[in-house]
Amino acid sequence: MTRIFAFDERLIPLDDWVQNGVDWLVTNYRELFQVIKVPVEMTLEGLEWFFAILPPSLVMLLFALLAWRYAGRMVTLFTTLTLLLIGFLGLWDETMTTLAMVICSVLFCAVAGIPLGIAAGRSDRFQMLLRPFLDAMQTTPAFVYLIPVVMLFSIGTVSGVLATIVFALPPIIRLTSLGIRQVHPELVEAAVAFGATPWQVLRKVQFPLALPSVMAGLNQTIMMALSMVVIASLIGAGGLGGPVVQGLNTLEIGLATIGGLSIVLLAMVLDRITQGFGKR
Amino acid sequence: MSEKIKVENIYKIFGQQPKKALQMLQDGLDKQTIHQRTGLTVGVQDASFSINAGEIFVVMGLSGSGKSTMVRMLNRLIAPTSGHIYVDGQDVATMGDADLLALRRQKMSMVFQSFALMPHLSVLDNAAFGLEMAGVDKKTRHERAMQALEQVGLEGYHNSRPKQLSGGMQQRVGLARGLTVNPEVLLMDEAFSALDPLIRTEMQDELLKLQSRAQRTIVFISHDLDEAMRIGDRIAIMEGGRVVQVGTPEEILQNPADDYVRAFFRGVDPTNILTAGDIARDSQVTLIRHQGEGPRAALQRLIRHDREYGYVLDADRRLKGIVSADSLKALIDAGGKDLSPAFLEEFGSVQACDSMQDILPELTTRPWPVPVLSADGKYLGVISKNQFLRTLQRNHVEEPALEAVGS
Repeated sequence: MTRIFAFDERLIPLDDWVQNGVDWLVTNYRELFQVIKVPVEMTLEGLEWFFAILPPSLVMLLFALLAWRYAGRMVTLFTTLTLLLIGFLGLWDETMTTLAMVICSVLFCAVAGIPLGIAAGRSDRFQMLLRPFLDAMQTTPAFVYLIPVVMLFSIGTVSGVLATIVFALPPIIRLTSLGIRQVHPELVEAAVAFGATPWQVLRKVQFPLALPSVMAGLNQTIMMALSMVVIASLIGAGGLGGPVVQGLNTLEIGLATIGGLSIVLLAMVLDRITQGFGKR
Repeated sequence: MSEKIKVENIYKIFGQQPKKALQMLQDGLDKQTIHQRTGLTVGVQDASFSINAGEIFVVMGLSGSGKSTMVRMLNRLIAPTSGHIYVDGQDVATMGDADLLALRRQKMSMVFQSFALMPHLSVLDNAAFGLEMAGVDKKTRHERAMQALEQVGLEGYHNSRPKQLSGGMQQRVGLARGLTVNPEVLLMDEAFSALDPLIRTEMQDELLKLQSRAQRTIVFISHDLDEAMRIGDRIAIMEGGRVVQVGTPEEILQNPADDYVRAFFRGVDPTNILTAGDIARDSQVTLIRHQGEGPRAALQRLIRHDREYGYVLDADRRLKGIVSADSLKALIDAGGKDLSPAFLEEFGSVQACDSMQDILPELTTRPWPVPVLSADGKYLGVISKNQFLRTLQRNHVEEPALEAVGS
């Protein structure tokens, strides 16, 4: 009896099960996963093409306008200087790739996350069901799920984006749900009293009032997506993670530094601009 | 008066498996026992009453008496556990979703204690909210919302946000939102309770003014006795989920159904609550029509009824003046034909809505019973000093009894 608690023997071979399970998925369903990849791939390619074809000056103008509209004068100045610096550091193309990746993953996060967040906000049961998955998505070390991602989707930028989506999805779900829950029950009651259908309650009352919280979620999702850039580079994704990983491999501290600096500055720019979204 | 809403044996039990508590209630157990044994809360039990079209019906009770639950069952924001609620003969408790939406959008609207205005919408869009839900186009609903805002005295504020307005003004927006859909029934859940006393009185007056223009059926929830007395045509008193008494303010005041109701009214000064209209009597004074009747005929009638004074009315029952036996005799001696030279100067009159306290000065300075007029100037009756004192006495019967026990 005491033998069991000596723990010198592996009684639950979970690692084998997972190994076999993923192997089985790969041999039987790899084609299916390649199909799942398609919409992400197309969106990403479109975005990459867009940022590649646009002259840097136009991109800078676009960002300056966004900053001006949503975040004010100081952020506009900061944005312009940041993009100039990145250009002078010789990382413009990498930055545009990263930008395309971030926008692509955030787009998919929003499309999936906002409806899931609304559902979780309106149903306690669904919220309870969803929570462990969100916890797992946020805390599982990215390296763990990079392996199955690579096995199922092969390496490259698209796989990087897929891994990023998994990692960056939880905040927008959580904050959308929170936003819906924070709407005063009296307002919902008033809407119902005036003959609102459940859909009207959502569209006319709950969602508009949850919008600042949804925007905060979007902002967090963007930040999390940026933090995955380096990790995604490990599975062959391009962008600003490239110089960092290359610097790591060849001990070129200078190269790693300019890559890292660009990521931080880009993150700050995106953060300041998107924080302004919710306030409008 | 036709019956607008009829509530029949309504029960509301909160919690899982409410039928269990329903059975226990039928077995004669009380709320507390049921709550201890099952964890179920009895919100409303066996409520039955009816509300007439065009009246202000006040549901009064302390917090926890089930009055807010009751009003929410009228438009099924809370579904009753059992019983029926008929609005124009349609049972709200069992109607389908489409009928329920139609009821809420067209027939019944609601004003809330916390105002419950949409902070993201302008005052105009708030007022138009009900019509927007009903799918009315923007132009029409804005026009109607503007009219409603005008009715409540908020013209010029349509572009503001609710949060920019004071509490009283916010509730005016709430009222406008209720009025925009032009409902037959207006549910008001402690609508003025969050306002400070001065503004509250102002809003009550506003409501009465609106009511005099368009007769709606208003169900008004309140915990404030003064408010109930002031605006209620009839009052239902709730206690512990039960309706303990329904009646006009005077009926309840003069004849409380039980100790709970009596306790409500203890400390209430009847001179504040009873109005001149309540205690005016029509029977005891001779009326003299103006046309055709000369001073001789008038005097004859006064003598026959053994009265000192006569009240002269025109064909519309408007008070023209008061004559006395002496002034009539003087007129006859002078050979006059028309009554008006015999009118006593400054006869003094009071309004039906004046409280007993208001009419006291008038009553003490005149030797004759003071005439009571309705809001549109029609003669309703008179109040004599005797009548006044008798009313006071009747309302104080219990006080000496208590003192006797004390001594």
